[in-house]
Amino acid sequence: MNALSTYLADSTTMLRRNGVRMRRYPMIWFIAGIPIVLLLLFVYVFGGTLGAGLGGVAAGRAEYIAYVVPGILLITIAGAAQGTAIAVAMDMAEGIVSRFRTMPISRASVVTGHVLASAAQTMLAVAIVVAVAIAVGFRPTTGPAQWAAAIGLVLLMTLALTWVSVALGLVSKSVETASNLPMPLMLLPFFGSGFVPTASMPEPLRWIAEVQPATPMIEALRGLLLGTPSGSSGPVAVAWCVAITLAGYLWTQRLYEREPAPR
Amino acid sequence: MTALAAAPARAIRAVGLRKAYGKLVVLDGIDLVVAAGTVFALLGPNGAGKTTTVNILSTLISADGGQVEVAGHDLEREPGAVRAAIGVTGQFSAVDALLSAEENLRLMADLRHLGRHEGPRRVAELLEQFDLVEAARKPVQTFSGGMRRRLDLAMTLVGDPRIIFLDEPTAGLDPRSRRVMWGIIRDLVARGVTIFLTTQYLEEADRLANRIAVLDGGRIVAEGTPDELKRLVPGGHVRLAFADAAALDRAAREFDGAARDDEALTLQVPSDGGLGSLRRLLDRLDGAAIKVNGLSVQTPDLDDVFLSLTSADSDRKVAAR
Repeated sequence: MNALSTYLADSTTMLRRNGVRMRRYPMIWFIAGIPIVLLLLFVYVFGGTLGAGLGGVAAGRAEYIAYVVPGILLITIAGAAQGTAIAVAMDMAEGIVSRFRTMPISRASVVTGHVLASAAQTMLAVAIVVAVAIAVGFRPTTGPAQWAAAIGLVLLMTLALTWVSVALGLVSKSVETASNLPMPLMLLPFFGSGFVPTASMPEPLRWIAEVQPATPMIEALRGLLLGTPSGSSGPVAVAWCVAITLAGYLWTQRLYEREPAPR
Repeated sequence: MTALAAAPARAIRAVGLRKAYGKLVVLDGIDLVVAAGTVFALLGPNGAGKTTTVNILSTLISADGGQVEVAGHDLEREPGAVRAAIGVTGQFSAVDALLSAEENLRLMADLRHLGRHEGPRRVAELLEQFDLVEAARKPVQTFSGGMRRRLDLAMTLVGDPRIIFLDEPTAGLDPRSRRVMWGIIRDLVARGVTIFLTTQYLEEADRLANRIAVLDGGRIVAEGTPDELKRLVPGGHVRLAFADAAALDRAAREFDGAARDDEALTLQVPSDGGLGSLRRLLDRLDGAAIKVNGLSVQTPDLDDVFLSLTSADSDRKVAAR
């Protein structure tokens, strides 16, 4: 077997292993549950007031559902990243990874297996959150092409945050650290256009909110799902995703190639 | 066996192996030669560098210096070829606790690319061989220490490695599980596999190993067959036990140069343990009218070797830290 087919075969094996682990130690309800609670909180508790604040003739709770869902989806992806970091840190603490390191297998497959399994889990969590959003009144006004583009963008965002979270799981010396490190990722949509328009923020914060990656990602999703004007956010969001993926990938490779610490 | 004929005569050869973590020198230039198809035991106290040696020889970590050949391949230049020839069962359980025994073995079979027919066949064979058939579908989390260790070794054997590293394979096992593990190791050797074993149990090294190296403070302080090592320490002794300190005192005066233990009320008199010298010893005790409570004859064992070779050195190591 050549290097590529070994990599593909071993990555498939590792993906299967992680799939079984996810079924035995399920985190999916926890991962989907937090954004669902936030969605319901923002729609039913704050939604009336925040919706009125959006401006426009008939602004209210119904309009706010449409506004808040893209931000909630990004929170879902960021929250899943926390689960990924925990899963990776737990795995690295087990002796079996040392065994993998002494076996004639593709070294990259260990990490690839985690990334693929986590990305699949995240997409599933996003699907559950979208279903709940539709149940409480989210009505995307979009055609099949935009749906496909939105799914593609969510996938890119998922891959980007998954690579970073795998790195965070590798860099953590304990499962507790792995659980805390990705926390700031979940806050990014709050400091962007996830819950209120950036135009309503005071000047320095508004500037930060507009340049940080969460805002173009949310605006691009909003544009695709609801047909709102999104300007250059689409290409900017894709560029951010590619850059973050690349950085996360390189960081991950370096961390995994590090000599394991003595135990 | 044809595979054995093709194997190099030397399974492992290390020259000047060195490893340090910061200022702490773990391996201070060790040399090892392990002949193919034999059991080599690396014996040493906690912290001697046994696990570090296994980790380096099995490609898990890199050495700071020295040359190593495993299965005829240079460790640094051809780690992939080395990995293809070896199997490792480390000190820490290397099983996936969320999977079942069968799934763990299947995982190894898939990673060894055994294929759709050969994989399940090998897995079934190992489950049988390691007495894990009944527990095959149960999660490993529920396994006892002995079962875990058996599964761990079974996973190592999936790819039929020619050289197997076992880092303290019986640490923490009950006596019965330990004997089962020894039986498994003997079976492997009978099939021509080379075993590199670390242990702090002298009995284990004595029973299993063809050659033993004693590692202490990052250096090999002695190397040889179990019998050769036993010859390194002064001969045996007779241990006399007394009822009270007065009897011990009198006996100690009678046998000048014997080692006394005031707490245990015993005296160790050097002796070859033969009948003649034993009779002379008893005659002397009778002659001096010393009453002896108990007597035991001690021939030198590896414990004596271990203690006499490693005790002085551990002080040096503490100082070095």
